[in-house]
Amino acid sequence: MPRIAITVDGIHYEEDVEPRLLLVHLLRERLGRTGTPVGCDTSNCGACTVMLDGKSVKSCSVLAVQADGCDVVTIQGLGANGAMHPMQRAFHEEHALQCGFCTPGMVMAAIDLLRDDPDPSEETIRQGLEGNLCRCTGYCNIVRAVRRGAQEMGQAVRTP
Amino acid sequence: MTELDPGLLGEQIAESGQLSEPDGGHEIGRARRRKEDQRLLTGHTRWTDNLQQPGMLYVMFMRSPMAHARITRVDVSGARDLPGVVAAFSGRDFAEEQGSLPCAWPVSEDIVIPDHPPMAVSEVRYVGEAVACVIATDRYRAADALEAIEVDYEPLPAVMDMREALTPGSPKVHEAGNKAFSVKITSGDVEAALRDAPVLIDRTYVQQRLIPSAMEPRAVLASTDGDTFTLWSSTQIPHVLRVMLAVTTGIPEHRLRVIAPDVGGGFGSKLQVTAEEVLCLLLTRRLGVPVKWTESRSEGNLTVHHGRDQIQHLTLAAEADGRIRGLRVELLADMGAYLMLVTPGVPMLGASMFNGIYKMEAYEFGCTGVFTTKMPTDAYRGAGRPEATFAIERIIDELAAELGMDPIEVRRRNWIRHDEFPYTTVSGLTYDSGDYEAATERALALFGYDKLRAEQADRRDRGDPVQLGIGVSTYTEMCGLAPSRMLGMANYGAGGWEHGSVRMLPTGKVEVITGTSPHGQGHVTAWSQIVADSLGVPFDDVTVLHGDTAIAHKGMDTYGSRSLVVGGMAVLQACEKVKVKARKLAAHLLECSPDDLEFDGGAFKVRGTGAAKTIQELAFAAFTAHDLPEGVEARLDSDATYDPDNYSFPHGTHLCAMEVDTETGQVRIRSYVAVDDVGKVINPLIVRGQVHGGIAQGIAQALFEEAVHDADGNLLTTTMADYLLPSAADLPDFTTDRTETPSTGNPLGVKGVGEAGTIASTPAVVNAVVDALRPYGIHDVRMPCTPERIWRALEGARS
Ligand code: FES
Ligand code: FES
Repeated sequence: MPRIAITVDGIHYEEDVEPRLLLVHLLRERLGRTGTPVGCDTSNCGACTVMLDGKSVKSCSVLAVQADGCDVVTIQGLGANGAMHPMQRAFHEEHALQCGFCTPGMVMAAIDLLRDDPDPSEETIRQGLEGNLCRCTGYCNIVRAVRRGAQEMGQAVRTP
Repeated sequence: MTELDPGLLGEQIAESGQLSEPDGGHEIGRARRRKEDQRLLTGHTRWTDNLQQPGMLYVMFMRSPMAHARITRVDVSGARDLPGVVAAFSGRDFAEEQGSLPCAWPVSEDIVIPDHPPMAVSEVRYVGEAVACVIATDRYRAADALEAIEVDYEPLPAVMDMREALTPGSPKVHEAGNKAFSVKITSGDVEAALRDAPVLIDRTYVQQRLIPSAMEPRAVLASTDGDTFTLWSSTQIPHVLRVMLAVTTGIPEHRLRVIAPDVGGGFGSKLQVTAEEVLCLLLTRRLGVPVKWTESRSEGNLTVHHGRDQIQHLTLAAEADGRIRGLRVELLADMGAYLMLVTPGVPMLGASMFNGIYKMEAYEFGCTGVFTTKMPTDAYRGAGRPEATFAIERIIDELAAELGMDPIEVRRRNWIRHDEFPYTTVSGLTYDSGDYEAATERALALFGYDKLRAEQADRRDRGDPVQLGIGVSTYTEMCGLAPSRMLGMANYGAGGWEHGSVRMLPTGKVEVITGTSPHGQGHVTAWSQIVADSLGVPFDDVTVLHGDTAIAHKGMDTYGSRSLVVGGMAVLQACEKVKVKARKLAAHLLECSPDDLEFDGGAFKVRGTGAAKTIQELAFAAFTAHDLPEGVEARLDSDATYDPDNYSFPHGTHLCAMEVDTETGQVRIRSYVAVDDVGKVINPLIVRGQVHGGIAQGIAQALFEEAVHDADGNLLTTTMADYLLPSAADLPDFTTDRTETPSTGNPLGVKGVGEAGTIASTPAVVNAVVDALRPYGIHDVRMPCTPERIWRALEGARS
């Protein structure tokens, strides 16, 4: 079995993995990072989205061996010092979650979307979140939350 | 007219963003951010699939690839020999103990309820039915082992079409035939109403089959210590499930605990007693170790019960001035292969709702439930009421078109006026309260109705390839599924009360226990608001426990927009009982008569003096029990069950402006306005969220979603790539507002909001599509109204 080295939410792991093991199953079943859920088996729903070396990926479509040497951030590693990330706070403020199952992936995808456009329009947000499905919210409040999160993150950047 | 306070309600308009919070310290009516969020946002979740138990094994099911076949051989020995495999079983291995999955709603005398084994033994009747299972040390090994199971089938003819299924020569799904039941309800003289009617409209609508698609796939974890059993399940109904599992498996109810941990959406699809729940319990009983099963999405698309699937034939008779004389409804409802928990009840929930908000003299409802070789149908958001609402709102638009009248005007001529409530409808329900005029006026104003009509006329005149359609939907729904007496009359197998209890902790904090089982609706927040107001305690001092039969020991769970109307009320009544006890104790401690006390701001105060005891002080005094009066026990804790006398009837007006490209069939929702009246509101933020999500699901039925089978009974839409759930890019922003007509059926004045959006939006959207296409002589497009269907309709009309 191949051995991989991987950092998840700041913790370094060395794990022997079957070549076919999916990253999301490594996270959930071996490393206890159950904050990242699985919603489908065809890479359509986006619930499993995490950051892999700073870019969002659907962790159900990445093999654990492909993440060898990588730095993974899940929803559980997003906040700092017990405080939520501005995007998490914005989701709370705007009531952008109901059951919360899509939320970890949605928050990750939203943060990733801001790398390309730190001040996205409604249209950009809607297109940018196309790969993340939510069955509860109808997306209106998610769009609002991403706008708000973007503003707060922008402010955080401007005020050193 | 309802008092419309634009200052308070106006802020609800979606575009304006922020919701203001009324001052005065009252929690009810405040846009409180949810207590649930922090945990969900930081990944501290308890989805069933997250849970592990020492020694836990993984279950996977082998599923039938045939829609209808006799099972001639199942050989699991190849699987048993593989590494990591602990056991493998066929249906025959459980034939003696697995029982039959329950149907709790025998709607008629003539109903046929076929035996429904959790794992098929001799015959399969839909693609996806479980025929064997493997139990292994991890899910990858279990998946390998499935490959090694051999099953031989002798094909039988699939039965896919309801009309054909009812013809005499049709192959049979079950020995007893393909008719599950038939029901007829008549009120007034329908024959007379239809005879010589100046306007007679005859239409057939198809409610396509839908896949509910909660984002969390189902999962079950079962364990036993040899004596008692615990089942964790992604369910909406832990309490109902416990009773049903006890009856089905023979495990005594008092030795079975059911827990619904975090549940990622349900929409009715988790209102079920499933084969996998029964089988996981039986497997843990047989193997003595914990077992977990988690479905894959494609497995779920096959085996989570489906929704809708009706053929609706309506005949509407009206006077020349648009007043409705009477309505006849003939339904065919696809049950699928078996009757599950409330399968036959779903069309019956619509039986009294086809008349909608309209007055008429005569009404007839007939329904035949039909067996086919497909996954059973059952409750899906709205359950029966969206189907009914769609049909009446579509045909009212047809009436308007026939008369050349504005669709709003036709509705005005027929709807129940605000001063006519309470109103007993032709189908025998008594609507508690409502103000259709107010909601409609508000919606028209927000929508800019006249301006859009003018633009529509202009585009028509110009022959613009992009036409504009305006869709109207003025709905009501029957909510707060409760009155036990009425459910009894409908032959439903359970009551509809709800339970709530309040524990006053020694430190003055409050633990609330509810029998409702939230899965995204925000009960923890909303119930905290109710309790904070009733007991005068801080919102943050209240916690709400739910979803575990060992903690929330009584309950009827969450479905049918019932939680607030019934469960919220039970919690409120439990609070009232706490205060009755507290008053006695306060009077004793303050040495006065209970009548001299007034309860205000969380304290009992002696009128005219400064003396007072807070509820927290009284909770501590009860806990120490050092000085209790005669007849007062050492706790203020109280509980209550609540069972209202009637349903509640939210209503509203939804308007959709749709651009239809007549060259490509492409549609684009230009604007969508919803004004809902759900009675009093506990938390406007949560209400708005529920409305948004509901509208999205209703639009999804109108434009995107359909479970498609081939002629052999294979489901073609097994993945999220084939079954098109709308993404953010597919939907517009919604403008929402409210009017507020309190329910007269409960002291909170609440009506329920979980299903409203879904019920209202489907007809609004389809009416808009059809409205755009009317100049081409098109008066219907089948759902989902895809660009291809629209294009074909236009091609057909042009040639
Ligand atoms: S679980 Fe990864 S995209 Fe659905
Ligand atoms: S909040 Fe439930 S799926 Fe998005």
